[in-house]
Amino acid sequence: MRVASDLAKCQGYGNCVAIDERHFDLDDDGLVVVREEHVTQEERDTADEAIRSCPVAAIWLEDVR
Amino acid sequence: MSDHVVIVGASVGGVRTAQELRRLGFEGDVTVVGEESEQPYDKPPLSKQLLLGTQTEEEISLLGDGGWEAINTRAKLGTRAESIDIDSMVVSLSDGDELDYDALVIATGVRPRSLAPGLTDLDSVYTVREMRDSRALAARAALGPVVVVGAGFIGAEVASSLRNLGAEVTMTEALASPFARVFGREVGGLVTDLHRSNGVDLVTQASVNAIEKSGDQTLVRLVDGRVLEAATVVLGIGATPNSEWLENSGLKIGDGVFVDAGCAVLASGFGPHAEGVYAIGDVARQVDPGTNKHYRVEHWTNAVEQAHVVARQIVDPVATPEPLKAPYFWSDQFGTKIQMVGRPHESTSVSLHHFEAGGIERTAALYAYEGRLAAAVTFGWPRAIAACRSAWRTGTPVAEVLTKLRDLADRAKPVSA
Repeated sequence: MRVASDLAKCQGYGNCVAIDERHFDLDDDGLVVVREEHVTQEERDTADEAIRSCPVAAIWLEDVR
Repeated sequence: MSDHVVIVGASVGGVRTAQELRRLGFEGDVTVVGEESEQPYDKPPLSKQLLLGTQTEEEISLLGDGGWEAINTRAKLGTRAESIDIDSMVVSLSDGDELDYDALVIATGVRPRSLAPGLTDLDSVYTVREMRDSRALAARAALGPVVVVGAGFIGAEVASSLRNLGAEVTMTEALASPFARVFGREVGGLVTDLHRSNGVDLVTQASVNAIEKSGDQTLVRLVDGRVLEAATVVLGIGATPNSEWLENSGLKIGDGVFVDAGCAVLASGFGPHAEGVYAIGDVARQVDPGTNKHYRVEHWTNAVEQAHVVARQIVDPVATPEPLKAPYFWSDQFGTKIQMVGRPHESTSVSLHHFEAGGIERTAALYAYEGRLAAAVTFGWPRAIAACRSAWRTGTPVAEVLTKLRDLADRAKPVSA
């Protein structure tokens, strides 16, 4: 799986970073930065939790084609 | 494992609990009871995006594609839970139904306080709790001056939104500054500056004596004799937990419902727990195992975290509850994001720091207890609050946090327009 984001939705709440610093960060504008796109099976639970913690659904997982 | 989970409350805590139960593989029945007849929606946008018109009602829906069916959940909306019997494990509803539960999740939230009974019956006086309040206020922005009573975060956000919609706004606050109770006076002063520089007439240390109609006008009478005239009055004077229906139920109640680290409700008297009863979100007063104190937290992130904890406890009652994360909240006012981590009231000192990062002024207030970070508040600097949340968890010395923030500011790239 890989992480995808929609910067138009992101509000800089930062819940994703608080849960999963490996995959998420914020830039100086306060918008989400995907630090690492790829999510391994072991990382899946934490990445999922970070995604569910987003108040505006600005991040999600998608299949790698 | 429980066969029937009844969730009372259909806001973010209640809906997330149902979603989490299914995600964790719960195969029993799930029923959500909600007092409002609207399909579930998210509440933070009511004073912000929905009021401003930057988000639609559809966009703030809490149910994903497929609605209730997708999470195989029965919804009883427009229905109130009226009482529970913790011995026979039955919850009684306003439509006469009685539901047997194996697990009951109380997620009834809070309701805005009113100044006096009957006051909100005035057709020009509003609180912000439901979608219809937000709709009505948006329509009233053009009708004339607005007085917001109480500069807590709902009041301050409503003031910001209505000002953006072009209304003339006066906001009254009983203390020396907005957010003074939470942030302290000095940091609260930054909120004062933000509102005044955006044209809000902020009247501090002003208590309201009465609100009354006089022809088309609504008069807000202050204790010191001043009278503010308004077309619309919005009350933002705090909230009361919706726990009255649980009185005499044998549960431990007192400004909320007392719960342990796994969100299990404590029994009143000396009993340990009420079997299968949990509470989450704004209504829950949860123990912090670190301090052994109970806190009631009225913020979105807390409700979402507790929904996860409670679903996990229901699926696996002997699991050790996951520890609470750092208390966190955000507010959006006049395009400035105000974010907080931790508990400022447990600090013994606070220091204000101004930075320039990416060509923009940023402010951070760092609260210390025994030299360590007890809380932080940032204005317009999401990246810094993310760093502070991480520092709060590890009990980082404030001096180290400050170095980290300076480093973030120095390395910041110019912000794109």
